[in-house]
Amino acid sequence: MAFAWLPGALGDIAHGAATTILLIAVTTLAGTLLSILGAAGRRNGPVLLKRAIACYVEVMRNTPFLVQLFFIFFGLPSLGIRLDPLLAAMLAMTLNMAAYTIEIVGAGLDAVPGGQTEAALALGLRPRQVFVKIVLPQALKIIYPALTSQIVIMMLESAVVSQIAVRELTYEADMLQARTFRSFETYFVVTLVYLALSMALRRLLVSGGRRALGAGVS
Amino acid sequence: MIEFTFWDIVRNLLLAARWTVLLSLAAFIGGGIVGLIVLFFRIAKNKWSRRIASGYIALFQGTPLLMQLFLMFFGLPMLGLRIEPWTAAALGLTFFASAYLAEIWRSGVAALPLGQWDAGASLGLHYLQELRLIILPQAFSITRAPTVGFLVQLIKSTALTSIIGFEELVRTSNAINNATFEPFKVYGLVALIFFVMCFPLTQYARRLEKQAAAR
Repeated sequence: MAFAWLPGALGDIAHGAATTILLIAVTTLAGTLLSILGAAGRRNGPVLLKRAIACYVEVMRNTPFLVQLFFIFFGLPSLGIRLDPLLAAMLAMTLNMAAYTIEIVGAGLDAVPGGQTEAALALGLRPRQVFVKIVLPQALKIIYPALTSQIVIMMLESAVVSQIAVRELTYEADMLQARTFRSFETYFVVTLVYLALSMALRRLLVSGGRRALGAGVS
Repeated sequence: MIEFTFWDIVRNLLLAARWTVLLSLAAFIGGGIVGLIVLFFRIAKNKWSRRIASGYIALFQGTPLLMQLFLMFFGLPMLGLRIEPWTAAALGLTFFASAYLAEIWRSGVAALPLGQWDAGASLGLHYLQELRLIILPQAFSITRAPTVGFLVQLIKSTALTSIIGFEELVRTSNAINNATFEPFKVYGLVALIFFVMCFPLTQYARRLEKQAAAR
């Protein structure tokens, strides 16, 4: 074990970690938004939309993220859609996460008692207002712990996007070990960085959720 | 350039899928055995053994599987072991699975009423007998749905072993894609093969969940 290379590599590691954080931040926002739309569509949309969303969820949940990533990055250009690696990674991560969070958000929507909707309608709110102002906040509060775990899982899964040359943490590790020939030490250090990131992310989400939603997460 | 017909592609992918299945099974069985040991530590009466087991679980659940595989692949040779991609893949996935399975089963043990332990003790059973005859059978039976669900996750996770050079479905598909330049078809087929493997299990897990909820 030798760590003499480490001081010179800190810049690269920090840069990679920053990209990983960017990826997960974008995915969290886009994925959550998409899954709210998806879950709402699956409950109240036309039959065809409901079926399409159900199919989408099943396909994404039953195939590996790596294959989805390759399909988007290598496959879409043959349809004339060429994506830059970072964009492809964001798209793949968002689509993958949404498949899981559509089910989570949906469970939350189902858990809000129907009386809440009736009461809000009786107060003269329009259906859209009822959803956004009454049902959704309560649903998010219920599912917040599950959503938090899914976000952390997605952060860990993002290591895979190094395979399409997105310069995130794992990619930087690959480059470093090729330069230093200290493969084990490099991946060991980067694993610790991931561990710290996932713990920090969980902390941040828990405290942020408590402040924004009053959701009790331990 | 080698000519590949559609059936050549399908045949080669299916042949490679055998390795995906084999690796999934090996990791599930190995992970089950190691996971059982971790579970014993996790629910032991000794505080330190519980802490060590939670640390082990947190470590594997808090780091990317890809990193765990790299550490296996590059770390074991440092201990003087000659290692093939297959060994690194099987060991890496085994430890990964053990942490998740131990945590799933622990939730099952925690869900049992404490009276079960008391009843076991009052029948004169000692600790291991209590676990074997009373606690674990019930814990396994109420966690059957998440265990099957995790198997699906494990099958999908085998895709990552392509990165450390294990010749399974995804690595083979990369090679075929490099020869045919038909990524849409090749990766579409790979996704389909994974779907065919995972979907029945997902449905089975869902049915178990419904049964458990109905009980």
